[in-house]
Amino acid sequence: MTRASMHPITIGLLLLVGVAAPLLFPAYTNQIAVLWLMIVFASTWDVLGGQMGYNSLGNIFFFGAGMYTCAVVQIGLYYDVGMYTSGARTTHIVFTTAQYFTGFSVGIVAAGIMAALLAVATSWVVFGLRGPYFAIGTLGVAVAGAELVAAWPWVGAASGISMPVFPGAPETQKLFFYFLLFALAFAVLVFLRWLYSTNFGLAINAIRDDEEKAEAMGLHTRRYKRTAWSISAFFLGIAGAIFGNMTGFIDARDIAFPTTTFNIFMILMVLLGGKGTFWGPVVGAVVFHVIKEVTWTYFLGWQFVALGLLIVVIIVYFQQGIVGWLMEKYPERFGIRVAPKEREVRSHAIEFAPHAGGAE
Amino acid sequence: MNDAIIEVTNVTKSFGGVVANRNVSLSVPRGRITGLIGPNGSGKTTLFNSIVGYHPIDSGSIRFEGQEISRLRVQEIARLGLLRTFQTTRIYGKMSCLQNMRISIPHRKAGFFDMFAYESPDIIERAEQLLAFVGLYEKRFLRAGSLSFGQQKLLEFAMALMNEPTVLLLDEPTAGINPTLINGLIDRLTRANAEFGITMLIIEHNMRVIMNMASKIYCLAHGEMLAAGSPEEIQGNQNVVDAYLGAH
Amino acid sequence: MEQVLGNLSVLASVPIFNLGLLIDGLLVGSIFALAAYGLALVWGVMNVKNLAQGDFIMIGGYLTWTLGRYGMDPLLGVPLAAILLWGIGWVLYHTVICKVITRDLFTSLLATFGIAIVIQQSLNLAFGPDTQSAQADLPTLSFADGLITIASTRILGFVCAIILAVAVILFMKKSRMGQAIRATAQDARAARVLGIDTERVYAFTFCLNAAICGAAGALVALVWNVQPFLGTTYSIRLFVVVTAAGFGNLPGVIAAGFGMGVFEQFGGFILGAEFQQALIVLLLLAVLAVRQLQQLRVRQAVQ
Repeated sequence: MTRASMHPITIGLLLLVGVAAPLLFPAYTNQIAVLWLMIVFASTWDVLGGQMGYNSLGNIFFFGAGMYTCAVVQIGLYYDVGMYTSGARTTHIVFTTAQYFTGFSVGIVAAGIMAALLAVATSWVVFGLRGPYFAIGTLGVAVAGAELVAAWPWVGAASGISMPVFPGAPETQKLFFYFLLFALAFAVLVFLRWLYSTNFGLAINAIRDDEEKAEAMGLHTRRYKRTAWSISAFFLGIAGAIFGNMTGFIDARDIAFPTTTFNIFMILMVLLGGKGTFWGPVVGAVVFHVIKEVTWTYFLGWQFVALGLLIVVIIVYFQQGIVGWLMEKYPERFGIRVAPKEREVRSHAIEFAPHAGGAE
Repeated sequence: MNDAIIEVTNVTKSFGGVVANRNVSLSVPRGRITGLIGPNGSGKTTLFNSIVGYHPIDSGSIRFEGQEISRLRVQEIARLGLLRTFQTTRIYGKMSCLQNMRISIPHRKAGFFDMFAYESPDIIERAEQLLAFVGLYEKRFLRAGSLSFGQQKLLEFAMALMNEPTVLLLDEPTAGINPTLINGLIDRLTRANAEFGITMLIIEHNMRVIMNMASKIYCLAHGEMLAAGSPEEIQGNQNVVDAYLGAH
Repeated sequence: MEQVLGNLSVLASVPIFNLGLLIDGLLVGSIFALAAYGLALVWGVMNVKNLAQGDFIMIGGYLTWTLGRYGMDPLLGVPLAAILLWGIGWVLYHTVICKVITRDLFTSLLATFGIAIVIQQSLNLAFGPDTQSAQADLPTLSFADGLITIASTRILGFVCAIILAVAVILFMKKSRMGQAIRATAQDARAARVLGIDTERVYAFTFCLNAAICGAAGALVALVWNVQPFLGTTYSIRLFVVVTAAGFGNLPGVIAAGFGMGVFEQFGGFILGAEFQQALIVLLLLAVLAVRQLQQLRVRQAVQ
């Protein structure tokens, strides 16, 4: 990964696919839009999980935080939020086109920034933890977010918030949100490609490979961890803002902070595609999403049971992921060079020199 | 008279009920190679770990270039120019040798935006020079984890040099290396000390190696400083011989 | 906010309420202590952090509830649930767990999380999302002029939990398998060298934990209620207990289990029921934060 940014051909292909898809498959526009969302989920999870070695079970926290922040901004710019979200409201509120788009634009930016700030704040809580404790700690953050928001009357508590209605025809709405999500996914991929080509990519890989060594070499590990967390959070927050408006209704436990669905999908997609590789999360997202969409209706009620089983199967049998497996079989294609095996055999013979101990 | 770059004064460190270091004092003269020897379990690695900040000490003081460092964290001490290598040889296994070197540049003055810098030709050139210095130039694109143990040790040493340290603490640098490679390692250590002016404090079990390299040697036994002096003095010291042969 | 202050002032003005909450907390905490012991056991022996612990408990609870629905004595649920869960644990161990033990710790965590999801959703499909409880039709005792009420089911639950805990502890101390388990927990390699079949030990430990959860679940159905998605809350609760006490510190785990019960009773009373889940999660984060600060003083991270 020595190129500083994505190859122009790749950019072109991505743009082509992104623009052509809704034209070629208009009936599936929403599903493909969600696919772009999945790519955002997978790629941002991999920054921490695959590239830095910190497996987070709580990234969904930023998705939900962004969603609610955007909602509050969108509504709050023109009306009293508490009044809007209260169940006692009887007046029907309509947002004008100008109000909607202004609110939404400001809301998206606010969502990203708020999510990044929350990341900085929570980094003090979670980055002293390693391994499974980090996973549980981040899960705790996500569940805490869900529960606290669900108990907060100002944002509608458990009843959620009815989002401002999109001022336009359903067809326009579909395409609008499709292109927003595609644009976000495109931005994420281009940005991450660049990020991994800088020292940042090297540093987080070093943290993954041996954090104590990195510390002993003077690396500002806390700074890198905090920044990686904030970058993921920023994009997830924006994703939440977009998705919240796309679904039209948000609530804490099922839509904003779905700890057992989207939260876990992120991890599954990355594992399936290949942890720690650039295209792995993308491949994983596509495979996962397509399979899920195709088979969902066949499971009729058993979907989540099947999902749980899928988790177990992927974890036990597909640890490397598709791209990971390919990299193992054809390392040269990916620019990885491994010391040739026959050298290893020869040096093994002289490697077992007895450890010199005691006085000689 | 060389000034001391590291001053350890009356350091005590215990783990639970076991006193690993008791009132240990030593001073590492600037620009020289100092040895730290002692039978297994005498507390050498504990002392090392205390100096580099891996754990806090119970009492005493550790000064580096006059500054008290016993309360600083590992990263902070490393950024001051005090580096250590590990007995188990730690490198970044999934990255190439060159990448290992690139990430080992000094982070002393690294600001926020330095995190996003690109690879610079100067850094690459220096990395390649150092890799050539340790004899790993041809292997620079290979994955570090696939190198042999001896080669990884050389890489770890090159990475340490890349970091431009003032002092290098080496924990058993010749452990586990076959005898024909030891001479090469010693040669490079001595050259690094002579040409780059890096002060060294070395834990060693290999007496031939340390007696030839060091200008001053400290001997620990049972957590306490047993003897200190030039290699000749240490070799002639009956207490040291007894400690190694097990007499109490 | 006024509600919280109001609740606090009630506690201050009627001191006997505190006693009531305390007793209730200890009674309920006994079940937590029992289940936490199982979690600590699996954690210590196999380094598996079982995120499905609460869901095992729910299975036990639902079995007991079903027994009650068919007119049988729900107390039978305790041994029956233990047996059922033992079997489930055995199957899970041999299909999933044994394959992830040797991998990194995140893998085993994620695998148990997957199992948790399967169980939750299956229970939801089978029994619906409503909360259920196994009524045992036992009287409610009241003291101090009705200011302290204690459901005798809770006392029954307490007694059962104590009996089970004592039984398990005796087993661990006296039986050969118990000793084998403790040896494996200390040093698996050494245990193997000494001829202990660690595979069997792992399987046994996992099944034992599942059985403990089953029994605890039966008690939960009697004393409280069950709901398909309540398992996660229990899992988090028990994690808090084991993390706070340290998984090697088994008496500490039991004490912390009781403490958890008391904490929840007071917390639930002061803050109100809708904050129950939030309270538990915040406690988890607090415990982790404290651990981090402790480790920071020795310049380590919480591994």
